[in-house]
Amino acid sequence: MTAEPQKKTAFVPELLGRSDYAIIGEIVEPNTKVLDLGCGEGELLQWLAENKGVDARGVEISGSRVRRAIARGVSVYQGDIDEGLADYPDQAFDYVILSQTLQQTHRPLKVLHEMLRVGRRVIVAFPNFGHWSVRLTMLLCGGAPKTKLFPYNWYDSPNIHFLTVSDFEALIAQERLTVERRYFLAGRHRVPLLPNLLAEVAVYLIRAS
Amino acid sequence: MDNGATLAPVDVAYETWGELNRKKNNAVLILHAFSGDAHAAGISHETGKPGWWDNMIGPGKAFDTNKYFVICSNVLGGCRGTTGPSSINPATGCPYAMSFPVITIADMVRLQKMLIDSLGIEKLLCVAGGSMGGMQALQWAVSYPDRVVSAIPIACTTRHSAQQIAFNEVGRQAIMADPDWNDGNYYGRKPPARGLAVARMVGHITYMSDDSMREKFGRRLRGKENFGFDFDVDFEVESYLRYRGSEFVNRFDANSYLYITKAMDYFDLTNGHGSLATAFSVTNARFLVISFSSDWLYPSYQSQEIVRALRTRNCDVAYVELQSNYGHDAFLVDVAEQTDLIRGFLGSTYEKVQ
Repeated sequence: MTAEPQKKTAFVPELLGRSDYAIIGEIVEPNTKVLDLGCGEGELLQWLAENKGVDARGVEISGSRVRRAIARGVSVYQGDIDEGLADYPDQAFDYVILSQTLQQTHRPLKVLHEMLRVGRRVIVAFPNFGHWSVRLTMLLCGGAPKTKLFPYNWYDSPNIHFLTVSDFEALIAQERLTVERRYFLAGRHRVPLLPNLLAEVAVYLIRAS
Repeated sequence: MDNGATLAPVDVAYETWGELNRKKNNAVLILHAFSGDAHAAGISHETGKPGWWDNMIGPGKAFDTNKYFVICSNVLGGCRGTTGPSSINPATGCPYAMSFPVITIADMVRLQKMLIDSLGIEKLLCVAGGSMGGMQALQWAVSYPDRVVSAIPIACTTRHSAQQIAFNEVGRQAIMADPDWNDGNYYGRKPPARGLAVARMVGHITYMSDDSMREKFGRRLRGKENFGFDFDVDFEVESYLRYRGSEFVNRFDANSYLYITKAMDYFDLTNGHGSLATAFSVTNARFLVISFSSDWLYPSYQSQEIVRALRTRNCDVAYVELQSNYGHDAFLVDVAEQTDLIRGFLGSTYEKVQ
């Protein structure tokens, strides 16, 4: 596994308070068609629509979040990502975004396949379960890790699939997908080496080979 | 008309609020539900009553009349100013009664399009309505795709289910079983008031929910401590239904009830298209679809069918099921959340046409 060539500055600005959003905002080309899965209140979609002229759509399971997203003028529908993409035609979008939600889906691989079917490119951002802080808390405390990245008690966590950067790389190899870009972040800094140990969040731009 | 008949001349009753801008791109057509009329907002000069969606249409409201030019007309076949079975047939000088042609939702929309033409509006920013109004909004998007920028179908369906047809049929049978109906020829005589009132009572039950009825009436007795042990009104709910039934008789024509419910039952957007997705293939409109959790007359699955079909065409569609205890009536009474949704949706749609 090789990290992307790093820019001179390893500092990543925040967009709407999130570094992964800043990277997604940078990746997405203007005037494209974007579907954001688990889009929450549609903040990222609104930003993409206003700043990049993107035709922005979203899916979100929480009714109250969908309400707030529609109230800000974003086209979001209430639905479950695990089932929700079946109706879309192939290659309907330029980008399909799944930001910090892959670990919450019931069938992550199926979701990934569906995303690759409906989108020409897929942007996946996920918290890295291989981060040293997770390893350390498990080693020292012996309990389900509760860290800045995974702040939940085991019994009320929305996260049901725990994956690391290495796991995701292995999946990409297994599925023969092409990674166009990969970004590893710790706080607001890019991680230059040992991403599986040091990255808190990973962002991948992938497409079917 | 869909049944092959020609109807002329036709009167259309309509009201407008706000002003059409210079570009003529701020017009919103509101479509009323089964028993509604053109008086959607403001206080009526004649009756002193507020419009049926007055909480949604007006300055600063969901359909902001400071910003948009809002139009609402009474449907074809109605009895509130637009030509219907109670209107005089110029050929005979008598009311049409049952000689009025059987109408469809598409016929209603065809007449509305003539109105929009006569107002000089090329493109409607939005067509919006709940229940039968939502069906008309969908029909607009399919019949006149070039004339509609966006549509807001609320608490509706693309086709009536067996259950919906069944309730309408009970209403129609109640009217036609009333001897005063007299094969529809009751104008100038005693109208089939009992039949129409029973029809309306059934209708009202379908508009509420188990929860809302329990909350509103429970088993409370009406003006008495104990059962009367007779068949007068005992329960509050009986009193309410009787009141609603008798009040309806004063403002609605029984034959209009027959014609309009039939139009709803015939409604099937897939007609002539094979599938819903094919029907929607012509439209480029933006959609906001809304359903209500306790609405068992037009359940959420019917709205979700609309959304799914639009997705297969990759149409721009927003959808949410709002939580409400009010049943089908929610679209008329639960306005706070609808207001946020519609304001945001309309606002961003309006920006896109600038």
